[in-house]
Amino acid sequence: MTYACRIDDVPLGEGRVVTLDGQRIAVFRAAGGWYALDAACPHMGGPLADGIVCDRAVICPLHDRRYDLQTGEPLGAGDPVAVHAVEVRGDQVFVRVSTREAVAA
Amino acid sequence: MSESVVIVGGGIAGQAVCEALRERDPDAAITLVCGEVSAPYDRVRLSEILVSGEDPETLQLRPGEWYADHDVELLLGRWVTSVDTDDGRLELDDGAELTFDKLVLATGSQALMPPIAGIDLPGVHPFRGPQDCEAIRAAAAGGAQHAAVIGGGLLGLEAARGIAAQGCAVTVIHLLDRLMERQLDAGAASLLAPALAELDIAIEFDRNTTAIIGPEHATGLHFKGGDRLGADLVVVSVGIRPEVKLARAIGVECDRGIVVDDAMRTSIPGVLAVGECAQHRGLVYGLVAPIHDQARVAAATLVDVEAAYLGSVPSAKLKVAGIDLVCAGEAEGDQEAVVTDGAAGIYRKLATRNGRVVGAILLGNTRGSEALVAAVRSGEPIDDPLQALADASLAGPADLPDTAQICDCNGVCKGDLMAAVTEGGCSTPREVMAVTRAGTGCGSCRPAVIEIVAAAAGGLSDEPTYLCPCRKQTREQLAGRIRDDGLESVSDVANACGTGRECGVCKPALAYLVSEVKANRHQEERDARFINDRVHANIQKDGTFSVVPRMYGGVTTPDELRRIADVADKYHVPLVKVTGGQRLDLLGVRKQDLPAIWADLGMPSGHAYAKAVRTVKTCVGTEFCRFGLGDAIGLGIEMEKAWEGLHTPHKVKSGVSGCPRNCAEATIKDIGLVAVEGGWQVRAGGAAGGNVREADILATVETRAEALRVATTFLQYYRENADYKERTYDFIPRIGLQKIREIVLDEKIGAQLRERLQIAKAATKDPWLERDDPYHPRQFSDLDPPETADTAEPHLVGPPAGGER
Repeated sequence: MTYACRIDDVPLGEGRVVTLDGQRIAVFRAAGGWYALDAACPHMGGPLADGIVCDRAVICPLHDRRYDLQTGEPLGAGDPVAVHAVEVRGDQVFVRVSTREAVAA
Repeated sequence: MSESVVIVGGGIAGQAVCEALRERDPDAAITLVCGEVSAPYDRVRLSEILVSGEDPETLQLRPGEWYADHDVELLLGRWVTSVDTDDGRLELDDGAELTFDKLVLATGSQALMPPIAGIDLPGVHPFRGPQDCEAIRAAAAGGAQHAAVIGGGLLGLEAARGIAAQGCAVTVIHLLDRLMERQLDAGAASLLAPALAELDIAIEFDRNTTAIIGPEHATGLHFKGGDRLGADLVVVSVGIRPEVKLARAIGVECDRGIVVDDAMRTSIPGVLAVGECAQHRGLVYGLVAPIHDQARVAAATLVDVEAAYLGSVPSAKLKVAGIDLVCAGEAEGDQEAVVTDGAAGIYRKLATRNGRVVGAILLGNTRGSEALVAAVRSGEPIDDPLQALADASLAGPADLPDTAQICDCNGVCKGDLMAAVTEGGCSTPREVMAVTRAGTGCGSCRPAVIEIVAAAAGGLSDEPTYLCPCRKQTREQLAGRIRDDGLESVSDVANACGTGRECGVCKPALAYLVSEVKANRHQEERDARFINDRVHANIQKDGTFSVVPRMYGGVTTPDELRRIADVADKYHVPLVKVTGGQRLDLLGVRKQDLPAIWADLGMPSGHAYAKAVRTVKTCVGTEFCRFGLGDAIGLGIEMEKAWEGLHTPHKVKSGVSGCPRNCAEATIKDIGLVAVEGGWQVRAGGAAGGNVREADILATVETRAEALRVATTFLQYYRENADYKERTYDFIPRIGLQKIREIVLDEKIGAQLRERLQIAKAATKDPWLERDDPYHPRQFSDLDPPETADTAEPHLVGPPAGGER
C-alpha cells in the first residue's frame, strides 16, 4: 500500500489524479466509498478523474464511456480499466497499485 | 406469371407508381426510365435547396439501394426514342430495347416559358430542376443586383424567398392584382403581400411583361404600357406545360395533357399516364397530393384490380419561412366564415356551398389545418362554418379522424400513422416516419406526425423524455418535487427521489434543473457538474482546456488583445484561434494554470464551455457599415450583458445583424435579431450544425428595446421548458412555433417570464472569480506535488489587471 492523499484532498463525489509507483492513478471519493482506477480511459485516454461519479460508476468526460468503480468493467461498450485496492486509515488514503500483468490476466 | 411494366419518367409520379405497384405485386418486373441523370427526387422541396444551398442529392426520394432492394431496374439519363405498343417494345436513345406488357407514362411537365423577346437571354431561368436552382442561387448570391420573378404563384413566391435569402433584392412581377389567385381570395391575398414585404420581397401587380431587355444578358423587363424594371436575374414561374411529346409520338390521345379515364388508362390499351402529364376529366394537376392518389389507382389498374380516380381537391402549403399558409379547395363559396386579424396578419376562412365545405384558407395561424383540409376533401356537411373554424383553432392533430391526410407529400393519413404504431410495432416518430414516409417530403407536417405518434403510442413504448431514465422521472415531476418539498441541491433530490444515483448520467441535467427552479439560489454541488462546469473551461481531447474570455458583441480593445497575447506567451499556450462566434480561444491550457490565466486576462468568463448563454455575434451595423439599418453592435452588447452568466438547457448562441444581408448570420443562431427597414426581426431556433435550419421569426418589432424584450422572453421560456440538452431548434418544433409566439408575445405572461429571468440573473456571478475563492482547495489541481509539473505555478494571483468590467 502506498500513501496517495489525505481525505480532504478530494472533494466528495469527485476524483483526482496521483502518480504512484510511476503510474497515473485516479482516486475517487464516491458516496459509496473510495475507489482507484487507472487515470486514462482505455478508449481514448480521457482523464477519468475529471468524470462524473455516481454511487458505483464513473463517466469519462471525453466520450461518456462508463466504468464500474469496483470492478473496472465497462458499463456498455469498451475494454475494462485497471482497478486498484484502496484503504482509508484515519484521514489518509492508501492505494495498492496492481501490476499491468495482473490486470491483463 | 406477373407482367413486366415500364414506367417512363423519374419524377415524383414515376416513383410513386413504382412504389404503389411493388406494394401490390412483389413479382412484377418493373423498369423505371429516368431522363435525368439523378434518381427520382422531391421537386416539391426545391425551394428549400434554393434557400439553404444544400446538395440537391438530399432531395432524393429513395436512396440508391432502394431500387436494388425492391427489384426495380433503374435506368438513369436515358430517353425513350420509339415505342411499339402493338408488340410491347420500346427503344432507348442508347439503342437498347425493352419489352413490356404495360407502359406507364409519367413524363411530367416543363416550365412554361412565354414566347416573349429575350426569354432565351443568359440570366433568365425557369424554376424547375436542381440545375435551375443552382444557377439561380449562384446568381443571387454572387453579385446579381436585382432579381425579378415573373409570376406570383406558389412556386414564384418560394423562388423569390430563396433569392431574398441570398441577400439579393427581388421583385415579384404579377399579371393580376393579387397573389396566388388560384388558391387565395382577395382578403387573404391582401395580407400575404405585406407579410412578404417584411421578408424583403417587393411585389408589382398588374404587370404584363412584354419583353426581357438584353442585349447580351438580361438587364431588365419591359412592361405593357412602357414601364421598365432593371433586373439582371430573371426567374420565370408562370405555370407548367404537360410534357406530351412522347405520348403524341406513340399516338395516344392528348389534349392539354395525356387524356386518361378514371382508371388512369390512356386511349391505347396497356398504356397508362400519371402525374402532371395526365389530364383527368379536363384537369391537369400540378400539385403533389393528387399525383399520389393517381399513382395508387394506376397501380391497381396495372394488376387488374378495379379502382377509380375521381379527381382531387387541390391543397397547398406555402413553404416560406415566416409565413404560415395552408389552403385547400375553392377560394370562394356561396357561404363563407372568415376570422381575420389584419394587424397580426391572420386570416382564416372556411367556404361552403349548399351546406358542404368546399374550401379553406388559413394564413398566419394554421392551427387545425389538418381537420379543415380533411373537411374540404370529404365535402363535409356543416351547419355553422364559424363554429367549425373556432373548433379547428383549438383542435390538435390528436382530435382528427383517421381519414385526415397528415402528410400531403406522401399521401399519408392519420389512420396510417396510428396503424404503424398499433400494428406495425413502431414506437417513435422517427420509426413511424421511416415506415410510412410521412414527414419526409417538405417536412411541414412533422410536428403533427410527432403529436399523433405520441398519442397513439400512449403510455406504451413512446416514453416521455425522462430526465432520469433509471428511475423514470421526468423533468416536470422532479421540478414539482423541488418546488413542493423545498429541495435545495442535487443531493437533496438524490436522497428524496433516488435520482442520478445509479448511472450518474442525469446529474448535470438535475443540477441545471435545481438551479433553474431555485433561480440560482440553490446549493451548488460541483460533483454533479460536468468537468467544464467545475473548472469553467472546455476540456479538450488531451485533457487540457480551452479558455475563451468574454468579449461583448465580439468587440475588443488593444489593451485586451495585449493581455491575451501576454497570457499566450507566458503560459506557452499552444494555439490561439478566432472562434466561429467572434471570440478568441486559447487552446491547450493546463488545468492548474486556469486561475492564474484568468487573473492575468482580467476579463470575465465567456462561458464557451457551458450550457449557457454563449456569444452574441454581431456585424458592424450602423457603426461603420454603409448598409447598416440598425445598431447591431450596440444591441448585441446590450443583449450579451443582459443575459451573461445565465445557464440554459443547452448552449445558446446568438447573433445580431444590422441589415438583412445578415453578416452576423443571425438567422442560423439559437436567438437572432436582424434589423429590417423600420424595425427588428426577432428569430429563434436557427441551426448551422449537422443540420442547417433557418431560425423561425418570433416577431417583427419596431424598436430595439422591444426586440430585446421579445428575445429575452423567449430565452426564459426556453430556460424553463426545454429538456436538458434540447437545443432551441428542437425545442421550437416540439412545442410549436405558434404556441411559442402566443406565449412569448403575451403581455402578462411575457412580463412574468422576464421578471423570473431578472431574478435568476441577479444571482449570477462571474465563475472565473473562483480563482480567488475556489469551492475546494484542489478545484484546479491534482494530488501530485506542484514541483512535478513542467513549470512552477505562478506565485501571485492578483486582482484583474484591467479593473472592473
